[in-house]
Amino acid sequence: MQTAQTTKPDDRAPAGSITSDAASMMLTLSVAGQLCAVPVLSVRDVLGVQTITRIPLAPREVAGSLNLRGRIVTAVDLRSRLGLPPREAGEVAMSVVVEVGGELYSLLADQVGEVLTLNAEERAPNPQTLDASWKEFSLGVHRQGDQLLVLLDVDQLLALGA
Amino acid sequence: MDDLLADFLTETNEGLASLDAALLQLERNPANGAVLSEVFRTVHTIKGTCGFLGLPRLEGVAHAAENVLGLWRDGSLPVTPGGITLILSAADRFKQIIAGLEATGSEPAGDDGPLKAALDAAASGEAAPAEAVADTAIPVAETATPEAHLDTAVTGGNAPQTIRVAVDVLEELMVLVSELVLTRNQLMQLARAEENAAFAVPLQRLSQITSDLQDGVMKTRMQPIGNAWAKLPRLVRDLSNDLGKRIELEMRGADTELDRQVMELIKDPLTHMVRNSADHGLETPEQRRATGKKETGRILLNAFHEGGHIVLQIGDDGRGLNTDRIKAKVVAQGLATEAELATMSERDIHRFIFRAGFSTAAEVTSVSGRGVGMDVVKTNIERIGGTVDLTSREHKGTTFSIKIPLTLAIAAALIVEAGGERFAIPQAGVLELVRVGGGGDGPKVERIKESAVLRLRGQLLPLVPLKHVLQLEQAPSRPESEGFVVVTQVAGQLFGIVVDRVFDTEEIVVKPVAPILRHITMFSGNTILGDGSVIMILDPNGIARASGLGLEGTTEGGTMEEATTTTRREERNTALLLFRAGAGAPKAVPLGLVARLENLDAARIERTGDSLVVQYRGTLMPLVPLDSYMTLPETGFQSVLVFGDGDRAMGLMVEEILDVVDTALEMDAAGLRPGFLGSCVVDGKVTDLLDTSYWLKQGKADWFEPAVLTGTKPRVLVAEDSDFFRNLIVPAIMAAGYDVTTVNNGRDALRLRDAGERFDIIISDIHMPELDGVGLARAVREGGAWVEVPMIALSSASSPKDVERGRAAGFSDYIAKFDRDALLASLQHCLQPMLAS
Repeated sequence: MQTAQTTKPDDRAPAGSITSDAASMMLTLSVAGQLCAVPVLSVRDVLGVQTITRIPLAPREVAGSLNLRGRIVTAVDLRSRLGLPPREAGEVAMSVVVEVGGELYSLLADQVGEVLTLNAEERAPNPQTLDASWKEFSLGVHRQGDQLLVLLDVDQLLALGA
Repeated sequence: MDDLLADFLTETNEGLASLDAALLQLERNPANGAVLSEVFRTVHTIKGTCGFLGLPRLEGVAHAAENVLGLWRDGSLPVTPGGITLILSAADRFKQIIAGLEATGSEPAGDDGPLKAALDAAASGEAAPAEAVADTAIPVAETATPEAHLDTAVTGGNAPQTIRVAVDVLEELMVLVSELVLTRNQLMQLARAEENAAFAVPLQRLSQITSDLQDGVMKTRMQPIGNAWAKLPRLVRDLSNDLGKRIELEMRGADTELDRQVMELIKDPLTHMVRNSADHGLETPEQRRATGKKETGRILLNAFHEGGHIVLQIGDDGRGLNTDRIKAKVVAQGLATEAELATMSERDIHRFIFRAGFSTAAEVTSVSGRGVGMDVVKTNIERIGGTVDLTSREHKGTTFSIKIPLTLAIAAALIVEAGGERFAIPQAGVLELVRVGGGGDGPKVERIKESAVLRLRGQLLPLVPLKHVLQLEQAPSRPESEGFVVVTQVAGQLFGIVVDRVFDTEEIVVKPVAPILRHITMFSGNTILGDGSVIMILDPNGIARASGLGLEGTTEGGTMEEATTTTRREERNTALLLFRAGAGAPKAVPLGLVARLENLDAARIERTGDSLVVQYRGTLMPLVPLDSYMTLPETGFQSVLVFGDGDRAMGLMVEEILDVVDTALEMDAAGLRPGFLGSCVVDGKVTDLLDTSYWLKQGKADWFEPAVLTGTKPRVLVAEDSDFFRNLIVPAIMAAGYDVTTVNNGRDALRLRDAGERFDIIISDIHMPELDGVGLARAVREGGAWVEVPMIALSSASSPKDVERGRAAGFSDYIAKFDRDALLASLQHCLQPMLAS
């Protein structure tokens, strides 16, 4: 893997340069009990349980592909991507469909929460204690009540393959 | 009629159709500057274009009319009804002339003097004698009309044959049709589930119409690839000036059609590659002269269809890739180590130029080498589901081959299952479907060492089990003895993909895979099936490459390897190696007799006394020129056919190796000369067939003295009725150190037995007069002195059934005719116990 925080500036534009409300709105989701969020602007859809076709030879993190109203969406399992243990049998995944570079990807999370407005000023850098596998995909953390919310770097999450 | 003229006619007809209306509008409202400008532009365009096309009548009238219109536009002459009439007569004259042009391809004869005079008079401000013009125009019109009428009857007049449609409209149509196809598929799927659906018949009809519609829409998108090449001659001309090189551009297959969308996408890569060829590929005239080449370098563009793909080749006859320089760069950039490079084929090393940021050009020129390398070309081509590869030979040139799908939109595909997953295989690459195993006498999967093969109508097909290449198998379960084999062809190589199940074929809309999956070469895309599920589309190319099937032999150079290792054999056909040596007809020798083909460096050939030798695989190999007048090249390479093995090898020098053909041998012994068995017709040409034994004796006097093997030379009896085949087999066996006796048929063989002759092994043809091979085997096994002698059957019919029959009769082994290596191996194998004792 490359160095962690080298996100392309243009991809971060919605969060940084546009100071509208929408840009600071985040969709929360949880992965293995950890609260995290992705920018709402990049989210196209949230889906329940889907039929996912396995793709042989694909990177381990790619769960497969699914059909979203005639468009093919590639599913990336966040647990696998973040180096977490797989879901137990019977536990289902939710699909957060994001669009990056004209392509649709589904981020498989355990649960999808709500839409929050998070101010960029309140964002704290990654704490030293943050797990290395999270650090790579974290743009920073926000305090939400008594828990920490990790802002996920979608581009980095999808920087798979060769 | 050439394209230019046809385009002009279409365009002019369009213009003229609106001209009348515009003129009438102008008459009603002479102050309408916009309409006047439009009329002026139409006439001006006609004048300009026909001057270029060499249509003097049209040009003359248009010129005169334009003068009047110009003055109107400038306001220096008022628009009068009389003037409008004049312009309208001019427009009528355009139509007459154009009708004649459409009918005959050239301007009809006629006199435009009065009309032009009237127009000129109007331009100079005189009142127009409109009547006079109309009158004089009539006879002219009459001379032209008959032709025009004729034309109307035949081609529907000057009604336009083509119309222009905005590309967006076509794109939109294509998208709609794609969706329609998917919906149709979905409906069909539902209908299959219904027992007696009332809508089955109309649905069938809908399905048919959808397919026809799809074909129709596809056709509107097809364009000749020449359109994408139109700018290249100019580009090459400019490059040749800039670079000080002389370049000739040859374009073949310009009328090969492909999808407009695909064409747009390959335009830039194509331009880049032509630039590359001119800049890096070709040498300067001085360099070319120095290496004995023509000063003018050549760039060849070639396009042709292959399966569901279009293949585009960009070749040059320049310096070729410098393997050493690439190696150095690879190591310097840390892409591979020296050790890794050492194990790679030259072609694999060349492929490094497709890596990002890889440029071998020593200096950056204004033309290329600006950081945009072959990696960008490769990425662009792969983006549309294509592949790019290259072959290069130092000093001979480099050829890039781009293989792209004909269309990106819709393809027929076979849906298969392997390891519990479904996949689509594009129908274009599928030759046939074979069911294997499962009892019965169908084809069976056989094994050669570790790899599975399928014997299909006398051909051996390498098999690739899909679940292995896709790593779908957790644990290796039962061997792939049951299932289906999808016989596929990639670049001339046949192979079979083994799958568990086959569903039916479906029209699929090919969608590219997500970028994060693009590195998996096994897939060319993905799609959504009628039932809504997503499946991956397999790329036979990628599968073949991943399984290490020899796909190297696609172009020259590779053919040699293919020739000697080929396992394909047509029944009753013989693989002949064609070559040229000396004057007269091309020569041929059965490929099976040739051990290897070599291109020897002329500098390595040495002279000992009268004969020529070369150090070859650790020994001195005698070389014999096939034509005694042949001059030995001082430099460069000498093509040599190598016969025999190891220290018994002998090389026959020929001028040029032409081809390998599979052909039925029909010999004609007319005009027999020493060294030749006779002649036969190959590809419509008379070809002389080499008498191999004659030439072997030329090479080494002691050729037929067996090598000292174990003291005694094994005695071989060959029963074979055809002189020709005998001439082929005997030298090969003798050369391997056996004592050979020949007989014409089984009866003669048995006579030898009864006469008390002893042999160590018997090689017998199957089809022989009097007593055939099977009969001979039975007779031998029945009893007598030869009852224990191993027997090898030699036949052109080598289907499993034949083999079975032969074994039942008592043959120890069964060899396809001319498989020299197999025969020698079998001899050795059968004699092993004897030699050991």
